[in-house]
Amino acid sequence: MCGRILADLGADVIKVEPPGGEADRLRPPFIGDVENRERSIPWLAANVNKRGVTCDLTSSDGPALFARLAATARIVVESFPAGRLAELGLQDLFRDAIVVSITPYGQDGPLARVPGSDLEVTAASGSLWLAGEEGRPPVRTSQPQSPYWSGMYGALGALIALQSRVAQRVDVSAQAAMTTVHPPAPVWWDIARDEHARTGPFLLGRSNVGSRFRNLWACADGFVSFAIQGGPIGRHTGRMLAEWMAERGRVPAVIAAIDWDRFDNTRLSQDQVDELEAAIAPFLLSLTKAEFFDGVVKRKMLGYPVGDASDSLADPQLSARDFWRQISPAEGLPPLPFPGGFALFDGKRPEVRRPAPRVGEHNGEIYAEVGVGPLELGRLREAGVV
Amino acid sequence: MTEIATRPAAPAGHRGALAGIRVVELGFAAAGPLVGKYLANFGAEVIRLESRLAADVFRTTYPPFKDGIVEPDRAGMFAFYNDGKRSATLNLKHPKGVALARALIGTADVFVESFTPGTVARLGLGAETLRAADPGLIVLSSCNQGQTGPHAFHPGYGSQLSALAGFVQLLGEPDSTPVLLYGPYIDYVAVGYGAIAVLAALERRKRTGVGCTIDLSQYEAGLQFLTPTILEFAANGRIPGRLGNADLVAAPHGVYRCAGRDRWVALSVWSDAEWRDLRALMDIDGPATAAERRRARVALDERIGAWTATRDRDLVVTLLRRKGIRAAPVLSISELFDDAQLAHRGMWPAVTHPTIGEMHLMAPPFRLSSTPSVQDRPGPTVGADNDHVFGEILGLSLDERSTLQRDGVFE
Repeated sequence: MCGRILADLGADVIKVEPPGGEADRLRPPFIGDVENRERSIPWLAANVNKRGVTCDLTSSDGPALFARLAATARIVVESFPAGRLAELGLQDLFRDAIVVSITPYGQDGPLARVPGSDLEVTAASGSLWLAGEEGRPPVRTSQPQSPYWSGMYGALGALIALQSRVAQRVDVSAQAAMTTVHPPAPVWWDIARDEHARTGPFLLGRSNVGSRFRNLWACADGFVSFAIQGGPIGRHTGRMLAEWMAERGRVPAVIAAIDWDRFDNTRLSQDQVDELEAAIAPFLLSLTKAEFFDGVVKRKMLGYPVGDASDSLADPQLSARDFWRQISPAEGLPPLPFPGGFALFDGKRPEVRRPAPRVGEHNGEIYAEVGVGPLELGRLREAGVV
Repeated sequence: MTEIATRPAAPAGHRGALAGIRVVELGFAAAGPLVGKYLANFGAEVIRLESRLAADVFRTTYPPFKDGIVEPDRAGMFAFYNDGKRSATLNLKHPKGVALARALIGTADVFVESFTPGTVARLGLGAETLRAADPGLIVLSSCNQGQTGPHAFHPGYGSQLSALAGFVQLLGEPDSTPVLLYGPYIDYVAVGYGAIAVLAALERRKRTGVGCTIDLSQYEAGLQFLTPTILEFAANGRIPGRLGNADLVAAPHGVYRCAGRDRWVALSVWSDAEWRDLRALMDIDGPATAAERRRARVALDERIGAWTATRDRDLVVTLLRRKGIRAAPVLSISELFDDAQLAHRGMWPAVTHPTIGEMHLMAPPFRLSSTPSVQDRPGPTVGADNDHVFGEILGLSLDERSTLQRDGVFE
């Protein structure tokens, strides 16, 4: 993902894989449910906009070949287990480059050599602790998130290092990356010695008296995100809710009694919160996600439906901003909607401009660029190096 | 609490990778200001412009406050999210306040703002105006849904935007109601991409001399992290949903209760060899292949849970790791401050805040070997750097400053 972001920004990113392709090419799910090296959805998502070569770093000629390629790079991104780069004898190749190393726990420290996947680093970051129902096991996001966070921070570290004009190591820890995704929980512990934990659909940290507020509600065809809020926009939201309820029938007495100009959610007791929420629940249950979305947008209220992939693709805001990019993610596959570039630069969105590379697709072109002629490449191919 | 290890000492003469870059910032809460935090941690001079008349909600509304007393300089959130910055107060409803803001931005490389679209333009601080005067300026506007489009002006905040984007729908038990990501998750995604965008624009400016106007929609940034779910729906017609802790590959893959109150272990098995080791350790039965184990998930989870339930969490982790099986404790938030690995990386630098006292900041999750981050100052108190900003940078005399003060320009 680190390379993907740099590639989106226009860098010439070359993916180096072992002959036959890297193992992640077989990570499910697959396009059309056909399991092969060109169809892994998570792999394609992370590797469009790149060129690709193969190189067997464990073969006798591999490191020398890789060295010629690496000599042309300003940034090298690697995610070997800590220490593996040195074992392969590759570390000295990068004296003049910025080397981004992404590992579960970092390059050194007591856990540096401990293996971990998304689940373990998320557990060790506190993020897992904060998600789930009380009394039930903590849960992780079903679309693994730590590779994205680690990759994004790797790209950020690389670009900061680039400004320094000094060759150096950027050491990304996935555990540390996942630790940055859940403030203010650490602030609550540090300043107030209040240990926040998972509370299902309830939001903590909005009260001065320890009350919690429901933030996910059942609606007619799914769920919506809505909360009793303070502040100018929160009070406006409450006032609009009361009006909306009146339009659709009846305003419950506890809601009608509120003076929204003076409403302060941070001082409500849990009983008061529960009473208000019980009065709101039937109203939200009567609305579809689409009705709720139209209503909150029209009234400038805080709140959104709980969206899914189909909702994102149908969202008028994203279409209006020309967000989606239809491209075939690999040769021979039908076009699919990719999220477009993550920001507009002078009104222009970085493009998804090339599909992900097939295994070794650019061996000829890229090795020629670094002075490996067709004869030598043929020899390397026969030796199984590429 | 264990001794907090310091980050590697900065080499002699180290000025930070971003030394010499000045950033002026107008914003509130997390999504905009955290961009400035990361830039400040690596040596940029980041000046937060704020006003006592319209203070950041992190100063006025969002707890916790030191000792529960709600005052701008006792706000834990502001101190935590704005470390390494300077604060200068300006009343932007006053024409002289706007003129001073413009003059200050004129000395800067980067201007970051995170208000509702159109707000800075109404104040006379829109990107077009600023860049007409200074074509090299980089302007980052970060907001909920972008500067344009039918929902640009719809108010929102991170927790709810995380729901709209689809993160919440992916969190929870299958066939049950979703649960919340604890915080404003998507804001932090947008922070990373926002900082990346600014740095990319700085890199381009080195070559071209031209600045950039960056329109960052927090929504669009967040969707980058969900690309596979979009492709899965578009290609296969399935809407990815909640899987609890199941994985499409690893089995077993879950979170299991250990002895004690609310103690849990996370573990995952990625090969048949690892599975044999786990079976031997726990003395449990189960099929040999991953496909069969995925189908037998509920039964296997029960057997593993029965084994872990009577054992100490950290002992279970040690036993599993000794076998080379991936395992980790589910650390609570307070435990993060004691975790030896995070401490080794200096994750929580300790500082003293003038009002809050001893507190901890959050280090960037990536370490730079030659130009490490430096975190020695918590978020500033309101207007702490007015003298520096208006005296030293803008060259206003004491007399001029006291006149402006009297006129309410520094409110």
